[in-house]
Amino acid sequence: MSFGPFLLLALMEGMVTAAVLALSAAGLSLVFGVMRVVNVAHGEFYMLGAVIAWFVTTMIPGSPAVAFVAALVIAPLLVGALAAAADGLILKRLNYDPEATIVATIGLLYMIQQAVLSLYGPNANPVAAPFEWRIQLPWFGYSGYKLFVVAAAATLLLAVWALMTRTKAGLVMRATQIDRTTARAFGINVDRVYMGTFALGAGLAALAAVLIVPIQQAHYLMGGDPLLLSFIVVIIGGLGSLRGTLLAALIIGLSDGVISMFFSPTLAKILATLLVAMVLVFRPQGLFGARA
Amino acid sequence: MKTAKTFQPSRRLILKAGAAGMLASAMPSFVGAQGAPIRIGFQLHRTGIGASYGRWYERTAQAALKLINEGGGINGRPVEILFEDDATDPKRGSEVVEKLTVQAGCDVVMGTLFSHVVIGSAPRAGELKVPYLVCSEGYHVASGMLNRWTMQPGITDVRSQISAMAPWVGANLGKKVTMIFPDFAFGHDHRDFFTKAMAAQGGEVIAQIAIPPTETSFTRYFPQIPADTEVLYHVMVGPAVLTFVKELGEFYGSGAKPQIFGFIDSLEAVDTATPGLEFLEGTHFWEGHNRVTPADAGEHEAAYRAAVGVDDMGASVSDAKDVSTYSHMFSTWETLFAIKAGMEAAGYTGPADRQKFVEAMEAMADLPYGMERPQGAKRFNGKTHQVFGTQNISQVQGGKLIRVHQTSMEDGAYEDAVDYTAMAF
Repeated sequence: MSFGPFLLLALMEGMVTAAVLALSAAGLSLVFGVMRVVNVAHGEFYMLGAVIAWFVTTMIPGSPAVAFVAALVIAPLLVGALAAAADGLILKRLNYDPEATIVATIGLLYMIQQAVLSLYGPNANPVAAPFEWRIQLPWFGYSGYKLFVVAAAATLLLAVWALMTRTKAGLVMRATQIDRTTARAFGINVDRVYMGTFALGAGLAALAAVLIVPIQQAHYLMGGDPLLLSFIVVIIGGLGSLRGTLLAALIIGLSDGVISMFFSPTLAKILATLLVAMVLVFRPQGLFGARA
Repeated sequence: MKTAKTFQPSRRLILKAGAAGMLASAMPSFVGAQGAPIRIGFQLHRTGIGASYGRWYERTAQAALKLINEGGGINGRPVEILFEDDATDPKRGSEVVEKLTVQAGCDVVMGTLFSHVVIGSAPRAGELKVPYLVCSEGYHVASGMLNRWTMQPGITDVRSQISAMAPWVGANLGKKVTMIFPDFAFGHDHRDFFTKAMAAQGGEVIAQIAIPPTETSFTRYFPQIPADTEVLYHVMVGPAVLTFVKELGEFYGSGAKPQIFGFIDSLEAVDTATPGLEFLEGTHFWEGHNRVTPADAGEHEAAYRAAVGVDDMGASVSDAKDVSTYSHMFSTWETLFAIKAGMEAAGYTGPADRQKFVEAMEAMADLPYGMERPQGAKRFNGKTHQVFGTQNISQVQGGKLIRVHQTSMEDGAYEDAVDYTAMAF
């Protein structure tokens, strides 16, 4: 394959990675930004979204498009509800102590993973894409659904941005992020904000997974990679900054696509990790993070 | 009884104690007449990246076990299998070998497929001096890398499979080959031996694309396939195999594509009629044991399928969506019958006879076709601890795998690389 088409394919693949990554990392970043909780179970919320999507699509017969839309609504809601419960039952009781919540979310990670292994089983199961459409370029074919994933993720990110900047809920969340005590003094129910934020963060991970599951497959171990990559993105972008998260996801996603294709996927991971190290050394607050 | 003596016992007490003692000493021989069960430990990929194989290995082994016990067990003793999950993980694998041997007191340990787990577990089996019978296809047994306690009596190794098939690929599909394989021991066997075998055919492997077995996205590897590739040789494992073939199909789309020859591993437990796999029509696959019953199948094929619960299309009789790992799972069946034959030849009575069992296995040679070996006749090489059998090449026709060629046992022969019988126990 000549250089031009090669680069085009690399960029297309990179965009898909970036789009899904931005969505799941936005959830992680939001939770950290508002709550100062490092959610190690984030990848498992992602996995749970994919597994629920499989259950929903198998239970709804008929058109895969209808089943897929149903999964797109049901999976984030269920995962969000679980996260809200986890917040109320676990994190709140730990007073959101940073160290304690890390340990608690590690525990949550194993509980979710093993519960899925017991109830869903160890097999990877495919979920039908809402539509089968292939683009045939002169040099290679490409899945039309993958382009839909990019568009859908962009729309959802825009919605999150609008929520944060244009609504009262977003204002309350930002106020809590800036100063929890003052927010409380102004009559904001911080507990409810925290619960909502944790649910929203988990819901975003689940949404990303529903989008990706027709490309990959639902498997109980699929949460590991998204967690690692989301952390990389959030560290580079600056914890709590949506803008930084988006930019970092684009950098990581596209560089992953291009480097994987022209060199090797292992090198792409090595460079991403190196970039994290460099950011931590020279700009510990991340590209857009507020100085601590 | 000792306490009874020190206490100046009454006559009645001595009688009672004596009766109890007689009963106790009679007990083991009474149980022995029934036959204490022979315990076979089974290291199983119940979870982790090999889970689809584990599911079917367990079913196949259970079916073989039922047949063996119905036929009187081994040496007249009933047989039981203790399954233990290794999570398809080498570290866990060696712990499982130890647990099954030391804690559960198994006579032998068998099982597992993934080569990294076998390579990680075999040294522990050697240290524990427990026979370790693997079903992993890898060349690591016959290469001499492992030890005298490790044997592979149920499935032909990759080196032999490839030696048998490469001439057919070179003669029928093309000479310029690009290989896609998983980046670990099993894939490296493919890389090394197929590259050599093609060179011997006057062909050439023009690109080798290694993919980590845990990879979930594959499109980015495909542009490395050179445009002048005549044959694309693919072998992939893990939970993402369906994604792999689907993305390969998307990549080629309706455009020109090379001849495609795959190892069925890329499609084990996956329905060949899955939407998105239409591009596989006309392509070829290696199969160890034909998933779709061939028209000229052997006389025991139907009984074997019924025993393991698989229909003529290779799917579970209770769920047509549950496609089996048919090309590999016969290995657990045949290994269990090999254990039976070996133990009976050795007059095996218990763990003290483990060495005699290994020696009896090493003395085996011709293993004829029969209900014990539904995949076909085999020849066991006692020196290399490796069995050799026939291989099949199938073509996807109308969404089904139809056998188009069968190799002979001689096609897969190669010179011995090791003599385990000369090694110490």
